[in-house]
Amino acid sequence: MKTDVLIIGSGGAGLTAALAAKDAGADVRVITKEYPTRSQTCMAQGGMNAALGNVSHDSIEDHIQNTLKSAHGEADEEAVRYMCSEAPNAVAWLDEIGVCFSRTPEGKIAQRRLGGASAPRACYAQDYTGLKILHTLYERCLKKDVEMFSERYLVDLLTKEDGSICGALILNMRSGELEHHFAKCVVLASGGYSRIYDKYSTNSTASTGDGIAAASRAGAKLLGMEFVQFHPTGLKNSSILISESARGEGGYLLNSKGERFTNELAPRDEVSRAINEQIVAGEEVFLDIRHLGERFIDENLPQERKLALLYENVDPVKDLIPIKAVAHYTMGGIEVDNKSQTSVSGLFACGECANHKVHGANRLGGNSLLEIIVFGREAGKSAANFVFCDEKCQNDFDFKKEKSFLDALIEYKNEIDFYQKRTELGELFYKKVGIIRKESQLQEAKQEIELLKKQLPLMGVKDTSKVYNTNLMEFIEFRNMLDICERVVSSALARKKSCGAHFVVEE
Amino acid sequence: MKVHVKRESDFVAYDVELPDATLLEVLSSIKTEQDNSLAFSSGCRSSVCGSCSMRVNEKEVLACAYKVQDGDVIEPLKNIEVIRDLVVNMDKALETKKRAKTWLQTYNKEAKLTHEDEKINALQSDCILCGSCYSACPVYAVNEEFLGPFALTGVWKYVSDKREAQPKEKIDTIQTNGVWDCTLCNECTLVCPQGISSKADIEKLRMKSTMAGYADPSFTQSFDGGFGFDGSPSF
Repeated sequence: MKTDVLIIGSGGAGLTAALAAKDAGADVRVITKEYPTRSQTCMAQGGMNAALGNVSHDSIEDHIQNTLKSAHGEADEEAVRYMCSEAPNAVAWLDEIGVCFSRTPEGKIAQRRLGGASAPRACYAQDYTGLKILHTLYERCLKKDVEMFSERYLVDLLTKEDGSICGALILNMRSGELEHHFAKCVVLASGGYSRIYDKYSTNSTASTGDGIAAASRAGAKLLGMEFVQFHPTGLKNSSILISESARGEGGYLLNSKGERFTNELAPRDEVSRAINEQIVAGEEVFLDIRHLGERFIDENLPQERKLALLYENVDPVKDLIPIKAVAHYTMGGIEVDNKSQTSVSGLFACGECANHKVHGANRLGGNSLLEIIVFGREAGKSAANFVFCDEKCQNDFDFKKEKSFLDALIEYKNEIDFYQKRTELGELFYKKVGIIRKESQLQEAKQEIELLKKQLPLMGVKDTSKVYNTNLMEFIEFRNMLDICERVVSSALARKKSCGAHFVVEE
Repeated sequence: MKVHVKRESDFVAYDVELPDATLLEVLSSIKTEQDNSLAFSSGCRSSVCGSCSMRVNEKEVLACAYKVQDGDVIEPLKNIEVIRDLVVNMDKALETKKRAKTWLQTYNKEAKLTHEDEKINALQSDCILCGSCYSACPVYAVNEEFLGPFALTGVWKYVSDKREAQPKEKIDTIQTNGVWDCTLCNECTLVCPQGISSKADIEKLRMKSTMAGYADPSFTQSFDGGFGFDGSPSF
């Protein structure tokens, strides 16, 4: 199977890249391990930043400065300038293709203030912003006849003798067969790695860093893997996300004594640490939105009320919502230049799996939806440009035949339960590679990961059937997660000083 | 607590002790602790990705939003090919969106949406494409080509959007295997996890169709037979 541009991942970044590459005249194929509307993007709630100044004065320069400040010196100013300057265009484009943004009484796109922003800057669609953007992008792909294959899982990238990328080895989940998808170039838009924190993550069960692990195996450089953002308001028991918009709209954080203990609108790293300090000191922490009133909550935060009722048995209209800070967004990923090109020829990346150097050590709320649109488009354009203008593209698809992980798997034994190890890994990472880090604990985590990697051949899968073998898929995900964990710990050990989400304390 | 899960050939009973748990938590515990071969789909755990829709006691639910009761009977969605256990192939169901052209065809630059305009289709755009309505719809038993509830709700979303410059084209598209094939039984509405009523959207689309000069083919046919066998008007 051959195409010009193979896109792996169908969240907001992947679909935007697909549309951009298609518009540029390339043949495009999108592959996803789920369906195109089920990615992490649908869970983004709060909004998408653009300095439109629809509610009060704002400027692109302020957006740039807020973003740079939050990034703690780890962002690239040129990339940030580009993203923030393109933001109004990106929102206008989404409005033109039919995204149902909430409106002000004057009919302008409504904006709310999220943490770390000097003005109400996040354009939103109630608290379903990501869902509505993603579905509209999907519909646009249907209109433009973009080829989309669902339930196909990336095993590895296919590389030529010279190391450049010429496609991907894909497991068709439904048939259990391996497929070789050849392409003149590949765009990875496969999402982040927050699920290494297992039940201490707000993320979908699919955010296991598969694309990053595959890119790394193919020789791509990774950057900033130690920067994991903890979201201040995950529900206490389930880690399900209560949107930052709850604080943006005026919600308070309280401890067991009913005291406010931090500035709720500070950037996420600061608020998460403040919450963590309270919990370590034996306090419980709550989000209080009761004073916003039932009518306001139902109109602007309907999802939050539903989730609090379902998972914590509390009604935010009259009760406090018990919360804790949990892993939410991974700033680190595959290093790319401002054309979304990775360090490997023929490989591009965008979205949470990529590091475009715009979030640095701490991402601002509302900048991830912005990033996937602005850099999704950039990745699609660059990939099409590569197909049409780069001589390397004229080579045939003569890939280096290597044994895949699946070949080795046949020999694996099933003596250790990897599901149990997955749970333990999440606990380990939350405790030792979490909100607060100590060198000795990072070393302990490193040793534990090394041990788990050695034990991997003793884990294997119990289910050996071909059709829709989720046991197998989860095992391959677990293997990817171990690779990612190794990189997170080594990056964290290498960075001795605190920086944004990477917070080190002396022992 | 016992739950009965439809597997390849028959129902299998599993014992689970998880008080106040969602069905998804129960299925995950069965998969990781009792039977690694159980297949089901899930994603966000927070009712917004639409992956874990299935049937409990013959009613469509999202597994992540349903609290398990002793004796529950769990099955895959109906009207859709089952791949394995509780996993269905959504491709054919999603194809209805393409056939119904649920997208903004031509952007009307003059349109200026107000706060009230936003409300008109805010609910329809809450759809998470879980397929519950598709599974509950009885029309599929007699017409596999029916565009179906979620696709028609998608059409209403764009027909009612001032930004769409060519709503008439959308109305033209849904005359065959579309609005007139619905029996208005309301099953779709009863199972929608997002509180959307496709039935109501279809009624509104019927009204728009009438205004555009179309009529219910089964009704008019009895007068002069001026319609083709496929239900499309021939004037």
